Amino acid sequence: MSSQQKLVVAHAPYWHDGSKISTKNYHVIIAALPAVLMGISQYGTPALGVIAFAMACAVIWELVWNLVLGKSMSIGDGSAVVTGLLLGMLMPATAPWWVIVLGTFIAIIVGKQIFGGIGFNPLNPPLLALAMLVISFKGVFDFDEALRHYDLGFIMTYPLADLKAFGPAAIEKFSLGDLFMGRQAGAIGSTFGLGLIVGGLYLILRGYVRWEISLSFLAGVFITALLFNLSDSAKYAGPLFHLFTGYTLIAAFFLVPEDSSSPANFIPMLIFGVLAGVMTVLIRNIGAYVDGVPFSILLMNLANPLLDKIRPKAIGKVVENA
Amino acid sequence: MIKRSFLGLVKPRFEYNLAPDPVQDVPLPKTVTLLLKAGQNGGGATALKVGDPVKTGQKLASSPDSAEYVISSVTGSVSAMAPYVDAYGRQCTAITIQASGQDDWDDGFDKAPTLDTALKFFEYAPGNPSFKAFADPEKTIRTIVVNGMEQDLLLTVNQCVVQNEAADIKSGVEALKKMTGVDRILMTVPENLVQPATTTGAEVKTVRGTYPEGLPHMIMKDVVGQVVSADDTLADAGVVFVSAEAVAAIGAAFNAGQLPVTKVLTVAGKDGSTRNVRTRIGTPLGDVLQACNVTLTERDRLILGGPMRGIATYSEDLPVEPGTDGVVVQDDVDSAQATDYPCINCGECVRICPVRIPVNMLVRLLEARLYEDAAAIYDLHCCVECGLCSYVCISRIPIFQYIKLGKYELSLIETAEAANE
Repeated sequence: MSSQQKLVVAHAPYWHDGSKISTKNYHVIIAALPAVLMGISQYGTPALGVIAFAMACAVIWELVWNLVLGKSMSIGDGSAVVTGLLLGMLMPATAPWWVIVLGTFIAIIVGKQIFGGIGFNPLNPPLLALAMLVISFKGVFDFDEALRHYDLGFIMTYPLADLKAFGPAAIEKFSLGDLFMGRQAGAIGSTFGLGLIVGGLYLILRGYVRWEISLSFLAGVFITALLFNLSDSAKYAGPLFHLFTGYTLIAAFFLVPEDSSSPANFIPMLIFGVLAGVMTVLIRNIGAYVDGVPFSILLMNLANPLLDKIRPKAIGKVVENA
Repeated sequence: MIKRSFLGLVKPRFEYNLAPDPVQDVPLPKTVTLLLKAGQNGGGATALKVGDPVKTGQKLASSPDSAEYVISSVTGSVSAMAPYVDAYGRQCTAITIQASGQDDWDDGFDKAPTLDTALKFFEYAPGNPSFKAFADPEKTIRTIVVNGMEQDLLLTVNQCVVQNEAADIKSGVEALKKMTGVDRILMTVPENLVQPATTTGAEVKTVRGTYPEGLPHMIMKDVVGQVVSADDTLADAGVVFVSAEAVAAIGAAFNAGQLPVTKVLTVAGKDGSTRNVRTRIGTPLGDVLQACNVTLTERDRLILGGPMRGIATYSEDLPVEPGTDGVVVQDDVDSAQATDYPCINCGECVRICPVRIPVNMLVRLLEARLYEDAAAIYDLHCCVECGLCSYVCISRIPIFQYIKLGKYELSLIETAEAANE
């Protein structure tokens, strides 16, 4: 009899494509870097402080939760870091520290962990935090007020606020090129359109983001804004303005396609994206809030389980007719 | 191992190994071990005891009429008999035979081409053909598919046989027609083997070389043009699949008057190199590996079958069985490590599933042990068991294992319900 080696027994398949959740999250961070670096270069140390503090707080909240509940450590998967980074990108550079502590608490604990952690969150964690903060602390997210001490060489009023308050006539002073290149007031990581698109395309090509959701969201925003604009151009801004301002682009590539709160089948993904885009413009144009992104996406997150029931019939499935 | 491509937007594509290696012979083993499945009433091989002489080609069973039997692949004497439980919990008796080194052929093989002969002698042929469906009065078999495709990546067993033993397949096809009375015999081969396949007299169909197109359910859908519903078996749909190797073995048996006792299998080493060997059924895996200069070290994986659907086993003393199409040795650092991370709903499995099962939802129900709901709502029984969902899972959930477990648990429930009626 041959000498016995101890062999490892496991179930098939014995091959794996090597993907990991942590790898995916690190790629999301890399893709977000252009927009983040632009924000930091514009607003300086305070912006760096907000981003770094938000990431640190998010990881600490996750760590605290792991320790308190005696669960296995999940901070290594990068999910908390990404949540913190995205929340930081959605905030003005002047956000006070306690808003960040509270916001990351909402995102990590309320938005994700109480539902069971990664993969179980029905809502997008950073957006849930943003929505609750916007409702609770209007002043912090009033970008005109928050950024009043900055003069960066471009118009330092928040484009969407101008549109809401004074109509399309007030936004003629913004050139689309400036808006696209990040020469606009706003949150740290959501104004640099070019950077967000480059990062988003990178994620789509690497297969980390579902292109169906991103593109249909943008299409939803574009078409709805276009229809409003065509019906009354004196009252409603053009579609490109809506694409390049506020949270539209960061939402399209980093927030709407969040895995657990969005559908996985093809048609539901399209419906999900388009409706989120439509809702965004509806809120901006006729709703109460300056930017509709957090609310429209959270609303669609709620519809996600229902939407994902629209799926192709499995091959061989027996349909029982009543 | 094929890794995720840089452009993750593109779905990974798996090509079958379509370049069969030449077949080399493994030296006659000193001992062979044959695994005799326990019959319906659980009886072991009572007709046999340690020390009994056996001849090559001799049928060994608990009783002469038993449906479960093995065919001795060497001449020698029984040196040990021990109970053995296989990976799926089936009771077997492991009969070890000490080989004398000479082949003395048993003359029990009845050459009449009848279904009875098939049931009595060919169920233990290489490739594990099953003729039970033909004897079942509730099933009407209209088509036999001689599958020249492999059941897993890396393997080239059936292609080898089609390439080298087309004449035997021709005799086998004729014998199959006589034994079963089925006229329509299809043969599925990859594009490059159409030439030898046309000489066999079967109706030749080509199958694309991408995994999992060679699996019976996929062939049914794409080649036969008949989707097997989730509640039915292939036999319910009127089709029986027989591997090309089995058909060639049957043809050779009728030509030579001797029962098949050898098996061709693909051996894949740690570096991914493959070679094909012909060995006696029952040869210890260690002997096969030795003949191929493949050495095992601590914590390796020894996989019976292929990398996507095979069964990892725990000892190199286990034998080559008639259904063992391949042996893959994998280093610990190369093997996929499953985790207990939850599904993050990324949808990769949904997009890669060849039968469009909502795997993201299915795995949630299976994790919660809701097997009946999983079958009723999320199409558990549609699964063709290709393993691609586990391959692409970013959370590294053992999805394939959950699916097999779910099916197994449901089969237990069904057996229990049938017993209660």
